[in-house]
Amino acid sequence: MAKSKRFFMYLFLSIAAIVSIFPFLWMVVSSTNKSVDVTRGRLLPGTHLLDNFQKLLDTTDLQLSLINSAKISITTTLLALLIASLAGYGFEVFRSRSKDIVFNILLLSMMIPFAALMIPLYRMFGKISNVFPWMGIDTMTSVILPTVTTAFLIFFFRQSTKMFPKELLEAGRMDGLSELGIFLRIYLPTMKTTYAAGAIITFMSSWNNYLWPLIVLQTPQTKTMPLLISTLGSGYAPDYGMIMIAIVIGTIPTALVFFVMQKQFVAGMIGSVK
Amino acid sequence: MKKTNSSVSIRTKSVLTGWSFVLLAVILIFVFYFYPMLQALILSFQTGTGSNLTFTGFDNYSRLLSDKTFITSVKNTFIYLLVQVPLMIVLALFISVLLNDSKLKFKGFFRTAIFLPCVTSLVAYSVVFKYLFAGNGLVNTMLLKLHLVSAPIEWITDPFWAKITIIIAITWRWTGYNMIFYLSALQNIDSSIYEAARIDGASASRQFFGITVPLLKPIILFTSITSTIGTLQLFDEVMNITKGGPGNATQTISQYIYNLSFKYSADFGYAATVSYSIVIMIALLSVIQFKVAGDKNG
Repeated sequence: MAKSKRFFMYLFLSIAAIVSIFPFLWMVVSSTNKSVDVTRGRLLPGTHLLDNFQKLLDTTDLQLSLINSAKISITTTLLALLIASLAGYGFEVFRSRSKDIVFNILLLSMMIPFAALMIPLYRMFGKISNVFPWMGIDTMTSVILPTVTTAFLIFFFRQSTKMFPKELLEAGRMDGLSELGIFLRIYLPTMKTTYAAGAIITFMSSWNNYLWPLIVLQTPQTKTMPLLISTLGSGYAPDYGMIMIAIVIGTIPTALVFFVMQKQFVAGMIGSVK
Repeated sequence: MKKTNSSVSIRTKSVLTGWSFVLLAVILIFVFYFYPMLQALILSFQTGTGSNLTFTGFDNYSRLLSDKTFITSVKNTFIYLLVQVPLMIVLALFISVLLNDSKLKFKGFFRTAIFLPCVTSLVAYSVVFKYLFAGNGLVNTMLLKLHLVSAPIEWITDPFWAKITIIIAITWRWTGYNMIFYLSALQNIDSSIYEAARIDGASASRQFFGITVPLLKPIILFTSITSTIGTLQLFDEVMNITKGGPGNATQTISQYIYNLSFKYSADFGYAATVSYSIVIMIALLSVIQFKVAGDKNG
């Protein structure tokens, strides 16, 4: 390839990389600066990190929101992986015509916009609140239940199960393992990368979920991180340094999950595309 | 006879085991997707506030057509869709082809950097973008210092630039996400196809349009449908960057539904009607995209 072409290739990719990274850098740098310096566009790290953090602790219930978000995301991820992998495995290993029809119907749910579901769901949990307040509006359960099963994750597990060596299944049956035993003791350990990729996808979307929690969580005690960040940003005299440290803290869990599991994520995605 | 009997019972047993594996997921999807979907349809024929609803037939649907706020929200949503989705797909495709070059150095760095925006929550990055694009924000400061503009651009408060800001924001957040799908598909293409094309003297652009695009067609279709569905439901960014303003210049359909049900007088019936307009649009656009792609097994 011509040298100038190569140069433009690196130039383009470098610009794309800088544009992608810059808002992150700015948010981290700003979390160490005074509010005034953030609005002035200061690009150098400052010395106000601890001040900003202290202010955040004083004016918000940060720990509570972090714990709420963690509880909801971890529970959702564990349940979602269990339900979707059982289903993906069931649809692929025990195939029948009627089950294939059901699978295709489930896939249709991917086309349903959440906007069409939110009002009936809100009314549904309103009714539940009258009978079982512990799982109605303003509870963890009401956030988790509607988001815990997605056709996408079932599809993802079914696609990956196509790569699962069927000889292992036969071997398990020969050894007299029950079907659930085969699933738990052979399938689950073999499909680690698929579970890792599924965990990343689910954890991220659960941690970052905004619209449904905004509707269903109504008291300060149940606030999650995105709700906290959103209210901080809407004030009339916002403290920018403090808001930035809140955003940094809110981003750390998903960034960590992604970086720790990045290899498995890419491997798992490629496995499902093939 | 005995043998067939037992094999039938084994088959029945295996069918039952199969169903028991998928049952929980099937129930949950019916309860939390299809049942509410039906409820929304019924609601869309009712009018009233809160839970005092009465059947009024197609009243809500005829109200849609003369509702200026609804029409503005549809227009805004389609502007985002028509500008942002093609822009992002072309950009993601272009970047992934560059990243797929076997001689490229720092590949891991570029890939991670461009994927990085996907780890942010929509709310968090929206707030960051709101400040970056504020009247006295960093973007304007930089543009002024570089003498690219003579006066600050009213990114958030001007109806035109506010839409541009939303488009820039969504593109920043989702390009890397789509890139990952293209990259993994590109890695499955046999490199000998390109070698043969090179020997035949095909230029880089001919290789791109003659080999890469046709082979990636199913993935391009998949990403364009998921991006379309995503854009039709756009909410978090608009809510946190512009609040739908100035006026209703950036308001989306999802935000209008939210306002109708939770900000104004809780008109659930009409809100459900508006939400069904998104259902219909998604169905229509998906059919069109399948037809345009002309992919029988897509």
